[in-house]
Amino acid sequence: MTEISVIAVLDDPVRRRLYDYVTAQAHGVSRSEAAQAVGVQRTLAAFHLDRLAEAGLVEVTFRRPAGRSGPGAGRPAKLYRRSAAEHQVSVPPRDYRSAAELLAEVVDVTGAEPELQRSARSRGAAAGRAARRQAPHVPDADLVVGALSAQGYQPYQEEAEVRLRNCPFHVLASKYPPLICGMNLALLEGLLEGAAVNSLEARLDPRPEQCCVALRDCRNSKNNDD
Amino acid sequence: MTGYHLAQLNVGTVRAPIDSPELAGFMAGIEPVNAIADAAPGFVWRLQDGDGPGATALRPRGPDFMVNMSVWESLEALRDFVYRNGPHLDFMRRRREWFHRMAEQHLVLWWVPAGHIPSLDEALSRLDLLEREGPSPEAFTFREPYAAPGEEVGGSGVIEVAGAAQSR
Repeated sequence: MTEISVIAVLDDPVRRRLYDYVTAQAHGVSRSEAAQAVGVQRTLAAFHLDRLAEAGLVEVTFRRPAGRSGPGAGRPAKLYRRSAAEHQVSVPPRDYRSAAELLAEVVDVTGAEPELQRSARSRGAAAGRAARRQAPHVPDADLVVGALSAQGYQPYQEEAEVRLRNCPFHVLASKYPPLICGMNLALLEGLLEGAAVNSLEARLDPRPEQCCVALRDCRNSKNNDD
Repeated sequence: MTGYHLAQLNVGTVRAPIDSPELAGFMAGIEPVNAIADAAPGFVWRLQDGDGPGATALRPRGPDFMVNMSVWESLEALRDFVYRNGPHLDFMRRRREWFHRMAEQHLVLWWVPAGHIPSLDEALSRLDLLEREGPSPEAFTFREPYAAPGEEVGGSGVIEVAGAAQSR
């Protein structure tokens, strides 16, 4: 499949909602769960989920019902989860990735990381101020989740933290971890500052297949070390 | 598990004396980060001088020239600690506040027989070899890693790297 036909698979409202739901979950999603979340029949959900899987937009795993094995245990359940593959389409053709890799290499070679972090912080602050202007009375956590979602981070709540399921800079971050993760941290620190969100603080806490930054509720933990 | 462990040497020239305010964040972070390394999966050994935190009292090539050296069970174990541990990644993020960007190689990796503790001289000669001849099975980097002896991967011995790569 060409990149453009992969993207075109998403051009169906139900399929798109299923895709958004599945890719936002940490676990493999069953057909029934996806159907319920999106509010469609299970057979319709199954049809669309399999189209997404054929296009490689989601991955399929199988799980046997707990406590059953061997013949007669029934068919294993089909589970869908986000795929690590990236797809990009640009019309007309653009190649920002190559430019970004070159620029990252130069920042690395010249040791200009402090300058990169300063610029990232101001850029994040501008985004934070804009988000706050648009929603002056929204609670901090909701404002931040909205702003991060708009930038593709896929935030979710985990105990007293906002974790980020997706790294928007994945390819660069795997090539230049301290450089790109440091830039990302500065962007998010700036965003919190600009949005005048004092209840959350950004810190590096990398996890496999996630963004390296987590936002921690710091209202009650000012005295904790960790 | 192979009969080989991975040795690592990092060097850097500091921007200011180690007792200066500029280096305070670095000096304060060494012991906590080292404690995380000591407890990390696959950690085998690290160089300590007994005088300062870590190996900060050793200055084999001048008063500003600091070294850091350790041995790990595998490349993946070292990579996990370096790039996938929050406090260490945070430390690396700030390295330019404390260290000059070096024109020469600042990191070298090489395989040692399991149980062998490399000397600092041995490590520095690996660094010089990398600087002189580029990456080879005797002296390499995260970006161009080589498999342990006898653990052939592909024709060239170069491991496919899907994940992180060390900046030069």
